[in-house]
Amino acid sequence: MHVFADPTNFDAYLSGFIWILKLTGASAVFALTLGVLLAAMRVSPVPVLRGFGTVWVNIFRNTPLTLVVFFCFFGLYSTLGLTLSDDLDLNNFWLGVIGLSVYTASFVCEALRSGVNTVPAGQAEAARAIGLSFAQTLRIVVLPQATRSVIAPLGSILIALCKNATIVGTIGLMESSNVMKQLINDNGDAVIMIFLVFAGTFAAFLIPTGYAFGWLANRLAVKR
Amino acid sequence: MSTDSVLYDHPGPRARIRNAVLSVVFGVALAGLLWWIYSKFDEAGQWEGQLWKPFTEATTWTQFIGPGLLATLWAAAVGMVLSLAFGIIFAVGRLSERRWISIPSGAVVEFFRAVPLLLMIFFIFYGVPFVIKGPVTAFWAVVIGLTLYNGSVLAEAFRAGIRSLPGGQSEAAYAIGMRKSQVMQLILVPQAARAMLPVIVSQLVVLLKDTALGYIVAFPELLQRGVNDLAANKGNIVAAAIVVAAIYIVINSLLTALANWLDRRSRQRGFRAQRRIATGATPVGGNTVSEPQG
Repeated sequence: MHVFADPTNFDAYLSGFIWILKLTGASAVFALTLGVLLAAMRVSPVPVLRGFGTVWVNIFRNTPLTLVVFFCFFGLYSTLGLTLSDDLDLNNFWLGVIGLSVYTASFVCEALRSGVNTVPAGQAEAARAIGLSFAQTLRIVVLPQATRSVIAPLGSILIALCKNATIVGTIGLMESSNVMKQLINDNGDAVIMIFLVFAGTFAAFLIPTGYAFGWLANRLAVKR
Repeated sequence: MSTDSVLYDHPGPRARIRNAVLSVVFGVALAGLLWWIYSKFDEAGQWEGQLWKPFTEATTWTQFIGPGLLATLWAAAVGMVLSLAFGIIFAVGRLSERRWISIPSGAVVEFFRAVPLLLMIFFIFYGVPFVIKGPVTAFWAVVIGLTLYNGSVLAEAFRAGIRSLPGGQSEAAYAIGMRKSQVMQLILVPQAARAMLPVIVSQLVVLLKDTALGYIVAFPELLQRGVNDLAANKGNIVAAAIVVAAIYIVINSLLTALANWLDRRSRQRGFRAQRRIATGATPVGGNTVSEPQG
């Protein structure tokens, strides 16, 4: 453990994971909001909205996240001059959040849409029969049931988001993977230990999270 | 439930007007947004012919995009073969009745699913050379990383597939005197592989996209050659990124279409696992949703 006994290294390790947590939290909020909106668009009666949702999903689901994040930095920031903060780290952080959010939103949208498919048609028909509008049907009757049936996929999307947050390291943010690379380069004698500590931290957080989502999905699933 | 028709009534005259108004309003807003994006790019001079001219030259394709694409496809192909093998071995291992096999297999699968791929690739590329006292090429760093991650995801998919087969299948095989290993090889794995084919193909999309991580360890794949190196020579990073993104989107859409076709076909033939157990790895709800790794 001599590598992490050094306070500088330990601080770097901590700050690496704090960046990951911040990236995950901020992107999760944006991605979920955007994903719900996109899903609503994709099932809406207005063709233009449906088309927009479809194009969005097809573009971002099929582009590597690395390229999306790369474009946020070299395209939006370097070329188009989009500056989100004067602080370099914070600027990279927000550029990363944009990339992660637009990418993850397409997966949230698809998960929700497949959840809508699990809701029996009778539910929506009954809702319409009592005079609810499309927006009301979606908001009050369909989406709540759909959400409960897609908790497990949403859980894996959030877990993947947390792991994907490491990719923001590509644009220079010193998140955990960059810190690990640095430590490995400086301490060639302890590479396995360093890897086990970093990978173990992710595993220690994400494996229980996965099981928790599985448990929650079972508990909240609409029994049919 | 078919989302297209049941959520809303067949539009009457008022609904049709409302939809038309909404279409126009949103269409105008969208056009405005696109125009704004266009003018922002224009201000930065991104539509100038010289930035796009390289794509009309053969050398751009033969020196940058072509080799990059080949490297991407090659890494994806090798990664796919290895991760399929990894997935089958560990799925069967995890289902083993011997605890000294099933528990380590389960631990390996859970561990590699939870570790970010980038961390794996960094460790293999920068860390392993210290251990084996020799260099690891960027290609193998990427391929081994991809294998460990996607192999673990596939192992979970296979396990769900095997567990979802009707119990009668293995009972009948035992009844005619097969051993456990024969039941697995001859009866369960082939059926699970067929039922899981759509999931496997959509995992290939994930794997193909993940090869872009090779950019980080300077593996000359599509993102490295087609965007980074090309832009370094021609100074057209936005144009290059758009073209390369389009290539990725086309390839992956084709693969997704293949997955959907396989899914439909297996469903038409009435060949579908009876009760698919949704695990974290395979959120199977009719649709094939794969894990959104980078």
